[in-house]
Amino acid sequence: MAIQSPSLDLGGGAGVRATPAAQVRGYWQQVGRRLRRDPVTLVCAVVLLLIVASALAAPWLGLADPYKTSMIRRLYPVGSPNHLLGTDELGRDMLSRLIHGGRLSLFMGVTPVVCALLIGGLLGITAGFMGGRVNMLIMRIMDVFYAFPSVLLAISLSGAMGAGAENTLLSLTLVFIPPICRVSESVTTQVRGFDFVEAARASGAGTLAIVRVHVLGNVLGPILVYATSLISVAIILAAGLSFLGLGVKPPEPEWGLMLNTLRQAIYVNPLLAALPGVMIFLTSICFNLMSDGLRAAMDVKA
Amino acid sequence: MLLYALRRLIYLIPVAFGVSLLVFALVHLAPGDPISAIVPSDAPKELVDKLKEYYGFDKPLPVQYGRWLLVTLSGDFGTSIGTGRPVLQEVGSAFGNTIILAIGACLVAFSLAIVLGTAAAYAKSRIVDRLVTSIALVGVSVPHFWLAIVLVIVFSVELGWLPPMGLGPENATGWRLDWPHIKHMILPTIALSVIPLGVMTRTVRSTVKEILSMEFVTALHAKGMNDRQILLHVLKNAAPTCLAVMGLQAGNLIGGSILIETVFAWPGTGFLLNNAIFRRDLPILQGTTLVLAFFFMMLNLTVDVIQTFVDPRIKRG
Repeated sequence: MAIQSPSLDLGGGAGVRATPAAQVRGYWQQVGRRLRRDPVTLVCAVVLLLIVASALAAPWLGLADPYKTSMIRRLYPVGSPNHLLGTDELGRDMLSRLIHGGRLSLFMGVTPVVCALLIGGLLGITAGFMGGRVNMLIMRIMDVFYAFPSVLLAISLSGAMGAGAENTLLSLTLVFIPPICRVSESVTTQVRGFDFVEAARASGAGTLAIVRVHVLGNVLGPILVYATSLISVAIILAAGLSFLGLGVKPPEPEWGLMLNTLRQAIYVNPLLAALPGVMIFLTSICFNLMSDGLRAAMDVKA
Repeated sequence: MLLYALRRLIYLIPVAFGVSLLVFALVHLAPGDPISAIVPSDAPKELVDKLKEYYGFDKPLPVQYGRWLLVTLSGDFGTSIGTGRPVLQEVGSAFGNTIILAIGACLVAFSLAIVLGTAAAYAKSRIVDRLVTSIALVGVSVPHFWLAIVLVIVFSVELGWLPPMGLGPENATGWRLDWPHIKHMILPTIALSVIPLGVMTRTVRSTVKEILSMEFVTALHAKGMNDRQILLHVLKNAAPTCLAVMGLQAGNLIGGSILIETVFAWPGTGFLLNNAIFRRDLPILQGTTLVLAFFFMMLNLTVDVIQTFVDPRIKRG
């Protein structure tokens, strides 16, 4: 769950592929070809696609009502007739809740990273490209957030703001802005030093054109790869907040929250109590492997 | 060396200032009035006003911040709304328990990671490398609070070998180094060590691999040095990078043990923080966050200085 410190190799520009703008399309085609030949990444993509698709289509899959409680059908074991994965502590169908749970769990994991990517990326690229005082200001503010262990920051913010999905999204976004900003800043600083940026400026290109064509074209890859590596952390962290009772509120189906409420059942039906965690684990491992595959395919060293 | 440490320390002052601002803001992020947490909603208005005045919540925010900062700097972190005891006392005793757990987890995670990571980097066979990489992948992907529950299910519920919760036997007041206490530590330590184990194994493996491909290693081989002597050289060169990541991981363990402490009811800072959040005990929330952030900053500084001691090339401005 700990966010790995962004340590891009600055020596010799090994962290960034310096691609002249004209070759960019060829590069992305190459990335696509490499990805298609990577069996591990493909399998993970299929598994994730299945989880996402079933979560999105959950209301139309003919599953039991995930909110319908039943006092007499509580804690049915896995493999019961009509309840393939059993029922939870309030008699709700587990299979249905696990599939429905994917909606919130995935949403709560992916959204903060996307928001942080937009905000942190913008800040980092600005800091890297402008340099000087602007850089100082932005990066020193980020240093303040870096003074907190990431989990502590997320929990303290959520704890102060109170439980609820919106507050979790907000606090997780705040947690992920600084690392993304730091990576964006360091790759942008690196790209800015390349000769082709100097050449573009000498040939009369405006600042906006340089940023759009030369800088963005070269920094987006590494930033994107780094951001995808944060998704698995975000999913675990979001589930963790719900597990503590700081995230999604009951009775919504969400994996972290289900893990929390099923804790009382570990003496009665241990297998059942462990199920929601299996979903978190599976999703997180797939996102990690996808991110590794993407990194290899995009030839980004980070 | 000492001068460098001092420079880094001075650089931390503005950061620490920002940290204090953020921690102060925590209270005002909270919905409603900070006072509403301690008085019933039907309390007479005079009482609420009196309490507001007592805690200083009636002043404008910058004044409140200034006062809070001065009082905090003098070592007074306020009193817990829940227990009425001084915050510093509460945080202090909990902090010790967290440190014990964190040290255990660090020892397990780092020693295993160094062995596994080095073995994978040296491995000629792909199986060893694959195995180690898989272990590392599981370490960084597993939701550790779920692993904690699984450990309890297997070792406490099913096998009955180890206790499922608590610091030690019943009525134990503090931690002591004896078998019953260590027995209580085993499961939380394992659960806490998986993330740093995963992260460190990856770091050690990639760092050692990179160093092994450097020319000086070939030169050492050519000189006729044996493998064990070369390993020493390699590890010495891998140390700075690994140390930096270790420092971060150790800090994250201390700040991140809240989920594990909650599962095992381990009376550390995380457990304290969790209780404070649900009792709306804002002074404790503030105090714990501040102490942990301060510790994290100092830890990072120490690692930074040790790093330059090991490898003087990497001094930062």
